[in-house]
Amino acid sequence: MSSKELPASAETVVLGAGIVGNSLSYHLARYGREDIVLIDKGPLPDPGGSTGHASNFLMPVEHSKEMTHLTRRSIEQYKDFDTFTNSGGIEVARTAERVEELKRRVQSAKAWGEPAELLTPEEVEEKVPYVNTDIIEAGFYSEGAGTCDPLRAGEVMRERADAIASGEVDPDEVSDVDPEHVGDAEPDGGVQVQREQSSEGGLHVSPNTEVLDIHVEGGEVQAVETDRGTVEADEVVIAAGLWSPKLAKMAGVEIPLTPAVHQMVSVGPISFFEDYEGEISFPVVRDMDTQMYERQHGNDLEVGSYQHRPILWDVDDVPSIDEAPLSPTQPPLTDDAFEQSMEDALEIVPELLDDPDAGVRHEIDGLLSQTPDGAPLLGPLQDVDGLWSAAAVWIKEAPAIGEAVAQQMTRGWSDIDIHASDVNRFYEYGTSREFVKNRSHEGYQKIYGIVHPAEQWQSSRPLRTSAFYHRQDELDARFFEAAGWERPQWFESNRDLLTTYNSELADLMRPNEWDSRWWSPIILAEHLHMRDNVGLVGDMGFCIFDLIGPGATEYVERMAVGRMDVDVGKSVYTPILAENGGFVSDLSVVRLGENSYRVITGGAAGGSDKAWFRSHLPDDGSVQMVDRSSSLATLGVWGPEARNLVDSVTEEDMSHEAFPPYTAQEITIGEVDAWALRISYVGELGWEIYAPMEQGQRLWDTLWEAGQDHNVRPVGMGVYGTTARMEKGYRLYGHELELEYNPAEAGLTFHGVKDADFVGKEAYAEAIEEENTATLCTLSVDDHVSSDGERRFMLGNEPILDADGEEVLVDDEGRRSYVTSAGTGPTVGKHLLMAYLPQEYAEEGTQLTVEYMGEQYPVTVEVAGSRPLFDPSNERIRS
Amino acid sequence: MDTLACVKRVPDTGAKIVLTDDNQSIDTSNLGFTMSPHEECALEEAIQIAEETGGETTALTLGPPEADEQLRTALAMEADEAVLLETDGDEWGPQDTAAAIAAHVESSDAEYDLLLFGNEAADTANHQVPIHVAERLDLPAVTSIKSLDVADGTAVARREVPGGEEVYELPLPAVITVKEGLNEPRYPSIRSKMQARKKPVEEVQPERAGLDQLEMVELEAPEREEGAAEILGEGPEAVDEIVRVMREEVEVL
Repeated sequence: MSSKELPASAETVVLGAGIVGNSLSYHLARYGREDIVLIDKGPLPDPGGSTGHASNFLMPVEHSKEMTHLTRRSIEQYKDFDTFTNSGGIEVARTAERVEELKRRVQSAKAWGEPAELLTPEEVEEKVPYVNTDIIEAGFYSEGAGTCDPLRAGEVMRERADAIASGEVDPDEVSDVDPEHVGDAEPDGGVQVQREQSSEGGLHVSPNTEVLDIHVEGGEVQAVETDRGTVEADEVVIAAGLWSPKLAKMAGVEIPLTPAVHQMVSVGPISFFEDYEGEISFPVVRDMDTQMYERQHGNDLEVGSYQHRPILWDVDDVPSIDEAPLSPTQPPLTDDAFEQSMEDALEIVPELLDDPDAGVRHEIDGLLSQTPDGAPLLGPLQDVDGLWSAAAVWIKEAPAIGEAVAQQMTRGWSDIDIHASDVNRFYEYGTSREFVKNRSHEGYQKIYGIVHPAEQWQSSRPLRTSAFYHRQDELDARFFEAAGWERPQWFESNRDLLTTYNSELADLMRPNEWDSRWWSPIILAEHLHMRDNVGLVGDMGFCIFDLIGPGATEYVERMAVGRMDVDVGKSVYTPILAENGGFVSDLSVVRLGENSYRVITGGAAGGSDKAWFRSHLPDDGSVQMVDRSSSLATLGVWGPEARNLVDSVTEEDMSHEAFPPYTAQEITIGEVDAWALRISYVGELGWEIYAPMEQGQRLWDTLWEAGQDHNVRPVGMGVYGTTARMEKGYRLYGHELELEYNPAEAGLTFHGVKDADFVGKEAYAEAIEEENTATLCTLSVDDHVSSDGERRFMLGNEPILDADGEEVLVDDEGRRSYVTSAGTGPTVGKHLLMAYLPQEYAEEGTQLTVEYMGEQYPVTVEVAGSRPLFDPSNERIRS
Repeated sequence: MDTLACVKRVPDTGAKIVLTDDNQSIDTSNLGFTMSPHEECALEEAIQIAEETGGETTALTLGPPEADEQLRTALAMEADEAVLLETDGDEWGPQDTAAAIAAHVESSDAEYDLLLFGNEAADTANHQVPIHVAERLDLPAVTSIKSLDVADGTAVARREVPGGEEVYELPLPAVITVKEGLNEPRYPSIRSKMQARKKPVEEVQPERAGLDQLEMVELEAPEREEGAAEILGEGPEAVDEIVRVMREEVEVL
């Protein structure tokens, strides 16, 4: 498994033998890769990266479903490797605001299926006698939490990878964990490189091997050059932690992360622990309000902090293994930054830290990887075929992330949807050093923070502004950011509409500060105005790319569920599926010509959608992909007055007959040559108008001036993305639409099963055939009043329970019901929630409850399936 | 009994030494700083003596302003006072250093019963400063001490030699240099580290006497063994490979 000679070629080369690279090697072997080379510049078992100094505890509950599931799955694996100790974990609250946050933690735990409960200070003391309960208000107990040994786990995974890949054992034999998906993977059929000298198969581990270059030719990865020779490879994965950007650069691509300091000290020997055997006998304590943790480790207490000022490193300054006294990722503690942390630690566990025999035995500025949004960077790097990223991963998620990326590599989709961690999400806007530094600096301070689900980033803004930006700014827009684009969420200049719609809004106002944070009732007023008159919405920040060439029709047909051989000018809204029938995306495709199509998709998922389309492009060059996202400004004109407004400034006839719904045409608005698509995500008559970016402001001005006779108002994305969408029951990728659900469950089977073959067809046809296990429903909140008399409004991700509030609903596949989207529908006068419900509950009129901030509220199923609550027959769109 | 423990700020050891481009100093950009290990033992001994006899320990260093960090460590280890003889950052030779320390001791109000030093600094290893200090203060001195007992104006110091030890009895005050192994220096607690950050450090700017005639030409980093561990195998199966390596590569068989 390990020898000095590096083979001349391999199927897969994994760069980095930390917990991620080891996990990848193991799972790649499980899924059929037979010839893997694992390279690290450091020695084994601890090559000197972040894996070697992590505090190694796993707290499974997060507000992110993906991260919670990945951590739970990782715990299963660590258990399987016999490297997990179940200690439990407690997050303590020092403030009333944090107590609310801990209630939200319990809510998330219920939604994602982790046992958790709120503890009184006395109950905290029972579990952790050394916590100073005088200063805490409550605790959040996560029973499933524990600690692991990632270095030992790495050894086990390498051994197993070698045994499986060399054919010595069957994948099912080595693991107790979930063998159901193993063995159904097929090699991806990629072109095999001719090898001069093939390795013998199995896992070849090469420590102390420095990567000098990654060879790329014709957009495809070719080989990895090291100081011990060059390995040709079909695929290469960069799993090199904080060194990943350096390796990516060798291949001419970017992995946007920066090394950041996490300060840690180890204090001991503590006599209190001497009576207890083993590594850990008490739950890990997270002192959330000080952004610190205290964790027993044998006779020592590890004290870690994220509280200090962000200390970001340049990856080029990280020393080599030779030059680092402890390890490259363990530079000396920056004393002055740790001062406050020492005081806070003494306050929360004084009894332990004042042990007269205990001293600080170890203290480091531990380096870890920080990304612009704190999430990992996973998946294919779209500019180089065969090159993958598995970076910025915490110990607690690593085994499951290795598995998920291995599944992506071998079969195209993962059991746990990891789209929120797609490396391509920063593509073309968020990979500069400055951006990464600014966002990492800002994001570092959110670790352990109370982060509102709609909280906006402040740094590196504005970065992407559309042609309408200045006009919107003049109208006092409140901008939110999506994929770097500044998009108005609402306009303060519309505040007068609150008076106009005073009576309609009376019951929909949000008195609670948390519920109304990053929100304004003006959104609801803009909504009502648009439904009565007309609104200008934009720029939507879409990702737009054209697919051109003789193979275009055949190719798009293969990508989409909907039929693509439609008339030129016709638009088709379609799911995009993985082979398992789950959602990769949903988007609109417009046929521009005989051999050209335009794909319009949400900006946030744009990078990963493009990567998906790119990876499926035919090899023969018969289809070209042209990105238009930054060259087209996009303005929505919607509402009953939309036609009158647009018609007044176009050269063309905009009548229903001349310009039917779901079609596109070239039009001229004033001086501006534009392309218009009669479509609406808000359920109104109107168009999305696409104009060259440099003429966008002229487009805005023309419609704005003409609109003064039609009572036009600017309308924000709060309406577009939430209120109007929810009233229409439109699904949103990443919320309702995920790999874990299929179109039948999402109520998107209106295309039927077309004749042509497409990705996911088999699973899709099967899903239509079978009865649903769960169905996406729209619910409304019946009673908003909390126990203390305040009206509360859910924001999303809350668990759905039965009518008695006893049990969270779980379908036959074990999927739990939670709120995928929440938003107020001002026209229907209700606060709306979307959720997948087990089939027996997916019936209109069913009474259920939703848990929000520790209380339960009655809800009713309004719609089972995709029928719009507002204007169910779409008369407005078709008028 | 009052003791002066002299320490030096040196780059943290244990890593490959990288020199600056002009070979005039060590590139410390990746290194932390610490006090020399021998001196850490001197300080620990001083603190223990103070604790046992009810006296005080003063930690002293001569170095750049950053050497404050090592004095804070000394205070966190429960030294009572700290003195920084502040330089402009240049490395001072042993005679100038000794002159400054001796001058400070003479001018100080404190009456030290014992002056403890490390046997040699971890970086320059001149072995000179304590002897020059003793000479200047006209005190008895003994070096390389691994065991020390003090009582009633007398110190009994033991030095390890091959096959046994040499035992010295010195009248106090005296200069004694000690070696690692004399004791196990304590790890400061979090509370004492915190308190140490708030304690005063006496700062003195000594005149450089200009006595040292030695000039450093340049530094040279020693060759390092490229000795990465390699796992040849596990269990009995590894035997063949081990024998092969011993026979062919190491050539010991």
